[in-house]
Amino acid sequence: MIKENGKVMVHVENLKKSFDKLEVLKDISIDIKEGEVVVLLGPSGSGKSTFLRCINRLEEATSGKIVVDEMDITDKHTDINKAREDIGMVFQHFNLFNNKNVIDNIMLAPVELKKMSKEDAKAKAMALLDRVGLSDKADAYPSQLSGGQKQRVAIARALAMNPNVILFDEPTSALDPEMVGEVLDVMKELAEGGMTMIVVTHEIGFAREVADRIVFVDGGYIVEQGTPDEVINNPKEKRTIDFLNKVL
Amino acid sequence: MIQVVQNYGLMIVAALGQTLLLCLLSLCIAMIIGLIVALFNVSHNRALNFVGTVFVDAIRGVPLIVLAYFIYFGVPAGMKAMGAVDFRLTALQAGTAALSMNCGAYMAEIIRAGIQSVDRGQMEASRSLGLSYGQSMRLIVLPQAIKTMIPSIINQYIITLKDTSILSVIGFPELTNVGKTIMGNTFRPLEAWAVIAIVYLVVIVSLSKGSHAMERKLNVGR
Ligand SMILES: Nc1ncnc2c1ncn2[C@@H]1O[C@H](COP(=O)(O)OP(=O)(O)OP(=O)(O)O)[C@@H](O)[C@H]1O
Ligand SMILES: [Mg+2]
Repeated sequence: MIKENGKVMVHVENLKKSFDKLEVLKDISIDIKEGEVVVLLGPSGSGKSTFLRCINRLEEATSGKIVVDEMDITDKHTDINKAREDIGMVFQHFNLFNNKNVIDNIMLAPVELKKMSKEDAKAKAMALLDRVGLSDKADAYPSQLSGGQKQRVAIARALAMNPNVILFDEPTSALDPEMVGEVLDVMKELAEGGMTMIVVTHEIGFAREVADRIVFVDGGYIVEQGTPDEVINNPKEKRTIDFLNKVL
Repeated sequence: MIQVVQNYGLMIVAALGQTLLLCLLSLCIAMIIGLIVALFNVSHNRALNFVGTVFVDAIRGVPLIVLAYFIYFGVPAGMKAMGAVDFRLTALQAGTAALSMNCGAYMAEIIRAGIQSVDRGQMEASRSLGLSYGQSMRLIVLPQAIKTMIPSIINQYIITLKDTSILSVIGFPELTNVGKTIMGNTFRPLEAWAVIAIVYLVVIVSLSKGSHAMERKLNVGR
């Protein structure tokens, strides 16, 4: 749900990223508006994860410019820890903190980064757990949760920092099929609530239903982008057609 | 044997005290050295990596007995040559330094392996929330690493306890040294060394049993 006359939340300009000799992102430019849900499609190895990881500087861009909510991520002088507080990330393999129970997973960053008092953080964490349907799991450890439950906790953990944008890197790819729905439902609600989201997924149904924009990347470039109807139902580029034939 | 215990019991107890003191001091310092060097070695700073690697390789490449001689005799000689005439090291100081550095180098490798056994995703998730590298290490990675390190640490501690015997060569009055004295005085090497061996054995076995019990307790909480 793009905000009317909303500002640009994520600005990417001529982004290039190489690992040694391997050029993964060759030239990517995109503007993502506040409240927009962008789904990134592309074949394996096309650099989707790398793109997301450049946005919060888990990977250093080789060249180009990335600005998130007026913070220049590619500028060496930017306090990257501060910038990351406002950029949530949800990982394919959940990456819940194994040494912390569910509630502490969610409270850790807000408390440690002095965003909230312990009491407020706890209240907020409980409210978030309620939102993702896991109130009864507050004291459980990650090893005691199913994949779908872990991913919902991971989403709650990201939300606890009140991020301006959340990056999802194949959030359902490591899940058993019967658990995919519960995670997508939470993401759908988030989208409807106006969260800015960049989602890498192979769930075409979700993309069709929830995305404001589909971006198809291949070979280090954006090959095609547009509304779900344009890109999924009426793709123009041959590479997009080939890819969709494989996944649909 | 009973005679040896009767005549030298107090001396043996005092020596055991010295042994444990040396060992405990060295273990504490080794833990700190080990942690610092391990953090050097897993950091992304080339200079720190280099310093850490050189330390570990150097210490592991020199026998403890040579290191002890070097610190006890070599270092004061070197200080004298540089003008610090009054510089002296007691056997306890030199022994602690040698043992701490030796144990520290092995601890560094244990801690490094422990840190690297923690999935990279743990650090990435923590960093993605805005926590610094240091906060992530302290709150997320190290607590998980320690669990996997405990058996190796206990093992290293036992080795260090045994290594204290090597420091008898610089005259430190620990158990092995007292064993030599008893043998010299009584001309009963069999009894003397049997008693000393039994003291080591009892202390080490009870320590390792105790640590294993503690380890089991720690694991119950998971
Ligand atoms: N840290 C790294 N070092 C070296 N090469 C890397 C690194 N990370 C990714 N790559 C390479 O970059 C390319 C793009 O990887 P990336 O993970 O971004 O692709 P992806 O589109 O997310 O693929 P998938 O759908 O399989 O997750 C791959 O060839 C990968 O091997
Ligand atoms: Mg990927």
